[in-house]
Amino acid sequence: MSSALQPEAEEIWTWLAEVPDPEIPVVSVTELGIVREVRYEGDTLVVAVTPTYSGCPATAVIDLMIEEKLREKGVEDLRLERRLSPPWTTDWVTANAREKLRAFGIAPPVDGTASDGMSAKAARLSGQNALTVACPRCGSANTERISQFGSTPCKAAWRCRDCLEPFDYFKCI
Amino acid sequence: MSEMPTNATADAAVTDQALQPAFFDWLCRMGDNALVLGHRTSEWCGHGPVLEEDIALANTALDLIGHTQMWLGLAGEVEGKGRDADALAYLRDAMKFRNFLLVELPRGDMAVTMMREFLFDAYHHLLLAWLSENSSSPRVSEIAAKALKEVSYHLDRASDIVVRLGDGTAESHRRMQDALDLLWPYTGEMFTSDEVDRAMVTAGIAPDLEMLRSKWEASVRDILEEATLKAPDPGGYAHLGGKQGRHTEHLGYILAEMQFLQRAYPGASW
Repeated sequence: MSSALQPEAEEIWTWLAEVPDPEIPVVSVTELGIVREVRYEGDTLVVAVTPTYSGCPATAVIDLMIEEKLREKGVEDLRLERRLSPPWTTDWVTANAREKLRAFGIAPPVDGTASDGMSAKAARLSGQNALTVACPRCGSANTERISQFGSTPCKAAWRCRDCLEPFDYFKCI
Repeated sequence: MSEMPTNATADAAVTDQALQPAFFDWLCRMGDNALVLGHRTSEWCGHGPVLEEDIALANTALDLIGHTQMWLGLAGEVEGKGRDADALAYLRDAMKFRNFLLVELPRGDMAVTMMREFLFDAYHHLLLAWLSENSSSPRVSEIAAKALKEVSYHLDRASDIVVRLGDGTAESHRRMQDALDLLWPYTGEMFTSDEVDRAMVTAGIAPDLEMLRSKWEASVRDILEEATLKAPDPGGYAHLGGKQGRHTEHLGYILAEMQFLQRAYPGASW
């Protein structure tokens, strides 16, 4: 593809916004904040992707889906790059995606608790459920944590004391 | 394990020939501790005492395998002989493994599993925090920063369980104390420096282990006290050798299981 025909980075971003997260298909990889950069190196399109959790098995699937999407759009010269730094944080999950998560039944990450350092984190955790996670089904704030680990690396298991339903919480990291 | 190349953050340490043998060895220690503990932890998958703990153990194991990919991937780059994380994980024999004896011991009951995780996590968290902020190697510090976030959750959970089971029933207390007494002599290895550790300190890549030891002892003692458990004498006997490749008989059995497929069917992939 000659440089005259190279799609603009802005257009690439809109294509990437069509790639869903394989485990939570209501949100896209761009809404999750895991696509870090789109750039050209000569004729090669380079897309930098960061993993959510370092052992997340969805990472390889996400790479494949991104490649598939861009090939489908006619990109031939493509390289995916894994970027570790700065490490992914739930602060990068967009406001729009948080609403979609809630509608899907997953309580979105609570703002401002991801990169607050260990001492603040320890203080918060010592208060057990000091952070308020609203039930995605009935909206009640009367909820409790069952486990910090859930059905995927990015989620914790919670329960609503009012509607009694268990639910996933997209935990802060 | 990982097919995509990491973007190469500039790092002079990676190509420093004088540093190479020690740096490679140290990276193998980081990767092998994560790999062997991850494997031990994964043995609980489908066997946890309750569903939530089963899931938590599987997630913890997954994080550790993720860390293994990063550390052994970098080790392969530093070595410069074309070995990737898979080659290092699946095609080295026991004497080439550099993990602590602590992490290769059999998983035991939940008390042993969680006490070991707690003792290791407390060390792991302090180490990663230092590396992410202070290491002279940008590649090391970016891996540490990534892993630290996950290990914060491991340490929170392990501390919580040590307190709940230690200060629980007479039976759970007895099991936790037995686990502590069994594992304690294996913790000294984490803080016993050799020439590799000293080379890493000199290069500014890794912290002085004595400094780490005093912080570790303080944080571990706080939790053990809350758990009503009695910590053995810190100056007591320490089992050593894992970091230099002298292992217990248990490692060979782990490798036999973990490496079987790649040994029997070289190059097999999903």
